[in-house]
Amino acid sequence: MINAVGEPQSLLLLGGTSDIALALAHRYARNGLRVVLAARASERRTAAATELKNLGCDVTEVDLDARDHESHAATVELAFAGGDIDIAVIAFGLLGDQERAWQDPDLALELAEVNYTAPVHLGVLLAQRMQSQAHGWIVALSSVAGERVRRSNFMYGSTKAGFDGFFLGLGEALRTYGVHVLVVRPGFVKSKMTSGLEEAPLAVTPDQVAEAVVDAIKAKRELVWVPGTMRVVMSGLRHVPRPLFRKLPI
Amino acid sequence: MSNEAVPAIKPSLPEEQPMIPQPLVELHGWGRASGTMAHLAQIDSVADAVSALRTSDARRGVVPRGLGRSYGDAAQNAGGTALDLTKMNRILSMDAAGEPPTVTVQAGVSLDHLMRALLPFGLWVPVLPGTRQVTVGGAIAADVHGKNHHTEGSFGNHVRSIDLLMANGKVRKLSPEGETATLFWATIGGMGLTGAVLRATLALQRTETAYFSVDTNRTTDIDDLMQQMSERDDEYTYSVAWFDAVTRGRHMGRAVLTRGNKASLTELPVKLKRDPLKFVAPSLGTLPEIFPNRMINKATAKAFSMAWYFKAPKHRTGELQNITQFFHPLDLLAEWNRIYGPNGFLQYQFVVPFAEADAFRRCLEMIVNSGHLSCINVLKRFGDSNPAPLSFPMPGWTLTVDLPIEQGLDKLCDALDAEVVGAGGRVYLAKDSRLSAATFRKMYPRLSDFLVVRREVDPEGIFNSDLARRLELSKPGIGGAA
Repeated sequence: MINAVGEPQSLLLLGGTSDIALALAHRYARNGLRVVLAARASERRTAAATELKNLGCDVTEVDLDARDHESHAATVELAFAGGDIDIAVIAFGLLGDQERAWQDPDLALELAEVNYTAPVHLGVLLAQRMQSQAHGWIVALSSVAGERVRRSNFMYGSTKAGFDGFFLGLGEALRTYGVHVLVVRPGFVKSKMTSGLEEAPLAVTPDQVAEAVVDAIKAKRELVWVPGTMRVVMSGLRHVPRPLFRKLPI
Repeated sequence: MSNEAVPAIKPSLPEEQPMIPQPLVELHGWGRASGTMAHLAQIDSVADAVSALRTSDARRGVVPRGLGRSYGDAAQNAGGTALDLTKMNRILSMDAAGEPPTVTVQAGVSLDHLMRALLPFGLWVPVLPGTRQVTVGGAIAADVHGKNHHTEGSFGNHVRSIDLLMANGKVRKLSPEGETATLFWATIGGMGLTGAVLRATLALQRTETAYFSVDTNRTTDIDDLMQQMSERDDEYTYSVAWFDAVTRGRHMGRAVLTRGNKASLTELPVKLKRDPLKFVAPSLGTLPEIFPNRMINKATAKAFSMAWYFKAPKHRTGELQNITQFFHPLDLLAEWNRIYGPNGFLQYQFVVPFAEADAFRRCLEMIVNSGHLSCINVLKRFGDSNPAPLSFPMPGWTLTVDLPIEQGLDKLCDALDAEVVGAGGRVYLAKDSRLSAATFRKMYPRLSDFLVVRREVDPEGIFNSDLARRLELSKPGIGGAA
């Protein structure tokens, strides 16, 4: 349970090698914090586990393959084997080559599966667990790209639009069971996912996203934009007429 | 929520017991800081309690709950069942002529109810915490203490027998001596994790009046206070100090020390002699749910602390005070915890041995200099501890502060924990809402004695709570120790 001063006892990071998820784990890290890293087995996962262990955390590594739907139930089962999970973060996702993606059916399917189908499947599995423990947070890392889907990255944006809607709705459904869902809409995050891309305006670091998540959980919020000004920008963009919107350099 | 795949706790128990409703509601402690949802089962009889045990989700367990005055998560059980025992509130029998006199009550009887019933017979509840709005069951489970700890010990010292509903659905009578003594003492201060107290027999004291003869002293700083308390505490049955936790520098820890004894009939003025056992407990009403966060801020905390300090006389002896004035000024306002706003607050109470007076001073300094503001602050000297492995009091200095939940409070509490552990002290579980399992283990060296008993009487960890999961008092696999 998250205690009276806002410290969780346990974290589950689905996409446990994501920069944002790890930044969040580092913010919460303290002696005795139980962290479950769910990700594909990799050197990066081992390194992340070692780093958290050095901070006094009690780390378990669990295999997660977003595209292997059959394995999800077992992954969640293992993740909860050590006891209640206070905060579960859905942090995995795929950006992909956007121009290739809308022309390559296999890549399009992969994006849809990793960014939407798998989060929905895992989200429902998590919801069942959290419902029976009657406390906890699901933190869903969405994106401003889903707020108004644009030509330049509509493959990614459309998956995040679905993702965002699902988790906002899940949050409503879980309200009466004492379970909270936080949807996080960061703008451009300087992370391994965006490495090599040109930095967009209002770019943030993974740690800034993590800080916003910590604050939002403390304040029991359901939706947070990072940075906060993104909300203003996007509500403007949302209402730009289509002929004009397509001419914008975004 | 579907309960289908949920294993019933004791399918072997008789089926004819009625299934009692268990609505899912939010339960929080008095600090209102970290509530969770649990199935609240209204218990009207032993059969109800057994039925609730039988039908609850074995993975989440059950916790007994009284009036919800524990500050933290002791009577919360997320996703499980809470047994609301407040309707089991009958006083069953009394032996006023005995030596000592005794009373047998159901666990849900509040100390308020009990005092009102006993006073006309000239009988007195020997240990009273800072509020009368606690149940006897809760007072036993938390082993509460009062201003007379240095002379009378804690609540458990006065319990003569307990009827405990155990995890196997059977009720067992326990006494402080003999073959049931180990389970008896594990239940005292056991936070409801050995079973549910259903009834108890308490030893009482006799009294001629419901008034107290009180001496008040204002002290200039913390050293003055500790010296005055050390010198003459033993002359008084009751002793406690309120201190200023806001003022820094030369007057840090200035305090109002109040000490007293029960007034005898001859001490009362004629007017009060007409009804010497009158229970004076006025109510100013209920605080509404309108307060924002940060009601306790620099300005209000300073003003309150100044006023509280200077309104007290510098030195006064023999003042007569009634029960509310002397014991329970906070009971004047129902739901006073709402003043802290929706974020709630936590109470930090610790004790360190007398030999560690320096560590005690350092803790006080840390609090005063932290920028976190507390108005309701209590300082006291404890007497001997009792045989209960999880009982809080031990010979030493205890200090209590009420801190609104603010940014950085976790750091202050962690720093205090480190100092307290270093001094061989501990914090009080009935107040706690944040301690980590590792720190808790360092504070309660007799934890293993408790766990041995718990494993024996409740091997599956059916009695469970948010506190039990947080402090890893539960069996692995049902949401506790990793």
